[in-house]
Amino acid sequence: MSEQPLFKVTIDNITIEVPAGTTILNAARKIGGEVAPPAMCYYSKLEGSGGKCRTCLVEVSKGSEKDPRPMPKLVASCRTTVMDGMEVKNITSEKVIDARNGVVEFLLINHPLDCPVCDQAGECHLQDLSYNHGKEGTRFEFQKRVFKKHDLGPYIQLHMTRCILCYRCVFTADQLTGKREHGVLDRGDHAEIATFIEKSLENEFIGNVIDVCPVGALTDKTFRFKNRVWFLKPMDAHRDCPTCSGKVTLWNRGDEVYRVTARKDQWGEVEDWICNTCRFEKKNTSDWVIEGPRLIDRHSVIAQGHYAGSVGMHKPTETFEAVHNGRKPKLLMDIHSVSNVNRPEITLSKLDRPAHSSDFKPNQD
Amino acid sequence: MVQFSQEQLTEFNRLVSRYPEGKQKSALLPVLHLAQQSFGGWLSQETLDYVAELLKIKPIEVYEVATFYSMYNLKPVGKYLFEVCQTGPCMIKGSDDIVAYIYEKLGIKPGETTADGLFTLKTVECLGACGYAPMMQLGKHYREHLTKEKVDAIIEECRKNAAANN
Amino acid sequence: MGVKLLLDKAHIEGIRSFEVYRREGGYKAVEKALKEMNPESIVEEVKKSGLRGRGGAGFPAGMKWSFIAKPEGIPRHLVCNADESEPGTFKDRYLMEHIPHLLIEGLIISSFALGSNDTYIYIRGEYAWIPDILEQAIEEAKANGFLGKNILGTGFDCNIHVQRGAGAYICGEETALIESLEGKRGNPRIKPPFPAIQGLWQRPTVVNNVETLSAVVPIINIGGEEYAKIGIGRSTGTKLISACGNINKPGVYEIDMTISVEEFIYSDEYCGGIANGKKLKACIPGGSSVPVLPANLLLKTAKGEPRLMNYESLADGGFATGSSMGSGGFIVLDEDQCIVKHTYTLARFYRHESCGQCSPCREGTGWMEKILKKIDEGQGKMSDIDLLWDIQRKIEGNTICPLGDAAAWPVAAAIRHFRDEFEWHIQHPEEAQKRNYGLAHYADPIHVPA
Repeated sequence: MSEQPLFKVTIDNITIEVPAGTTILNAARKIGGEVAPPAMCYYSKLEGSGGKCRTCLVEVSKGSEKDPRPMPKLVASCRTTVMDGMEVKNITSEKVIDARNGVVEFLLINHPLDCPVCDQAGECHLQDLSYNHGKEGTRFEFQKRVFKKHDLGPYIQLHMTRCILCYRCVFTADQLTGKREHGVLDRGDHAEIATFIEKSLENEFIGNVIDVCPVGALTDKTFRFKNRVWFLKPMDAHRDCPTCSGKVTLWNRGDEVYRVTARKDQWGEVEDWICNTCRFEKKNTSDWVIEGPRLIDRHSVIAQGHYAGSVGMHKPTETFEAVHNGRKPKLLMDIHSVSNVNRPEITLSKLDRPAHSSDFKPNQD
Repeated sequence: MVQFSQEQLTEFNRLVSRYPEGKQKSALLPVLHLAQQSFGGWLSQETLDYVAELLKIKPIEVYEVATFYSMYNLKPVGKYLFEVCQTGPCMIKGSDDIVAYIYEKLGIKPGETTADGLFTLKTVECLGACGYAPMMQLGKHYREHLTKEKVDAIIEECRKNAAANN
Repeated sequence: MGVKLLLDKAHIEGIRSFEVYRREGGYKAVEKALKEMNPESIVEEVKKSGLRGRGGAGFPAGMKWSFIAKPEGIPRHLVCNADESEPGTFKDRYLMEHIPHLLIEGLIISSFALGSNDTYIYIRGEYAWIPDILEQAIEEAKANGFLGKNILGTGFDCNIHVQRGAGAYICGEETALIESLEGKRGNPRIKPPFPAIQGLWQRPTVVNNVETLSAVVPIINIGGEEYAKIGIGRSTGTKLISACGNINKPGVYEIDMTISVEEFIYSDEYCGGIANGKKLKACIPGGSSVPVLPANLLLKTAKGEPRLMNYESLADGGFATGSSMGSGGFIVLDEDQCIVKHTYTLARFYRHESCGQCSPCREGTGWMEKILKKIDEGQGKMSDIDLLWDIQRKIEGNTICPLGDAAAWPVAAAIRHFRDEFEWHIQHPEEAQKRNYGLAHYADPIHVPA
């Protein structure tokens, strides 16, 4: 193998060296933590993905050592390769934060915000993104966009209103199944994922579109309304599968397998593609060799500590304070300041009965 | 069954021959135009599948393209399609009045077809005839500097042609 | 009368035919280029001419040509962008309809300079009758040895193919055009790579506008240096302006870029003044995406100097007080026109034409359209104006291709210069349905105190 020259790149004041040809986003992922821009459409395992959602926009404040001029516009970090001596601002750039807030608002104006009935809730990248960048309330005063319903068959549930048109499922079908039957139809704000003719998607690898979907547009029909993901216990397991690697994550409650997904890395990307048989047909614990608890290391509801300890939560590197000279991340609100229920000095476990509102009355003395 | 005639197939082959070996998909837009013209002014699913087969591409690749471009009609349209431009330069020259007048004359609003299947009205965005506004596309050609009188004459002309062809 | 280089022969009877075009001196530039020059010297000549892309961006054509990669054994392509779709623009149509051989001649020379043996003209689908005109011109040129194999015995082979689009403004963006030419949806590509490295079928490609390629003919005929002497500063040569709206003489005019905007609007040689004795209210000087200017800022720059019809002067003052040459689509609005409604139709246009690939454009264009429609129908709120401003600001610069900017600028400029009209619309919803806001304070060119 020929020697790849190493380029020095500084992102939010943290400098690392990466091989030439690395994108800004992947360089930032090497640093980790908040320095890594959010990515709703880019998927490292899907060729041609990225550039569309615009959530990963960053500011290039210095082009390179040779040509230090800044880039005139924000660039999509997932599709821009680093140059030697490049300096990039992500969370340290007000322009970036402003633009990203704008993108999130755009993604949400027509989104149904039906998280309470959405199976993706808890592991939804749009939820995470809105939590970090969204604002309270909406400035959009019109009826939200609706689509005609399409049935994609027994395995995959399509909710087009939730789709953000990342194209990941299109790339997945192209690159995994070689026989794509769904695509993006129509254009502009009416573009939709569909098959044109009512058609059930049944290719042996098509189930992977569920795992790549960043939102709840494509969900597992066999798991539909069965349980909330944060009540389930993820377990790594494998089986001897003639079609795929057979390496999966089982989502259990007690001994019952509620759903099967591919294993995902810390960026939410599939580690090994799995086949439909493993995903949809093998719902008995006896079908699998259990390896042990799966580490979930994303900033999302399922990682909020419900199974910390027994499963073990792997926290991502925190870089926010480091790049902001010690400033702590701004919370939307401090729950302790608005709710007596969460006042830490009240120890509910010491009561020998259900807690009552009088228990939370502020001290009168 | 949808099938190109010998003559249409010759045209199909001419269209495909413009592109390098193996890049026959490039002919998709012109071939869809040819198909629309050949099969009643619109593209049925059967027609789209036929085009996919001829060009040796996946049907979804044809659906994606056919739904993207505004000139492909995916539903049947009248024999005469009035496509009235309504963008800024035409608007300031009275395109709204033309649309209203067509409704007055034919009783059709944008997107509708007359009961006799003769006329369909469609509003479209800028067709590049801003200096000759208001205007509409009718078939292959533009009708420009529209007035109520001109609209009358066009409707009359279409009716005559339709009668002559029946 | 100004200098004419493109349309000087457009009115000669029969000029559409090869015979007449040739008799009038046509195809001499091909002979000169292919026999006396080489690709490098042609590129050099175009560079010297200072010719800037006439499609809208105004990028120097010679420089664009010099970027094309020349990997061994991989064909290169020249693609002519005839997808003229920017509202207000109909100049390329005029050229192709009236003097098609000029474009064909320009294409042969440019193909030779770039090494393109198969050159494509991508023409908007609605111009359905023009491919016949072009294809006939191509046939005639071929029959006379100017196209096909071994042109003029020089060993250079070239074929020109005409492909129709099918209704999509976005295909005027060069990478969307290439996608469309490959038989795909017109989704702009994410750059880099640029077409000069990987364009049509991943091969090095140059995409140029019809007028740009036609201008290569006079550049070869008179030489780049002579061409550069016409015009002012970096606005060299002549420019086609398609004028429309409330003027006496809408049409396509060839100007040398020294005349003033005032002369262009009011002289009988060009627009012939505002129609029906009305007053000038506003103008979009370079196609619908460039900022609209009120009469005062249109005729004079903020410095109080007369504004000229060229790249630098139209842009003088930036977007705060200036506009842009753009594609040369000159839309004139008289005192009876409503800026709110006009801006609404443009917002509707951009929403309709957004490809839907990237979020700010897909969602933002529709949102702006809805708000403008609401204001136009008398349902607006004062806070809608600031909201519109904020939406356009969050689209601009954050999209894959320039359509986002093109959608944002008209809204921004309308609010910037006509905010009082928006406010009046909102505060007098009933009156606004009945009458027009009128001229307000825009009528008189500003007087800058000494």
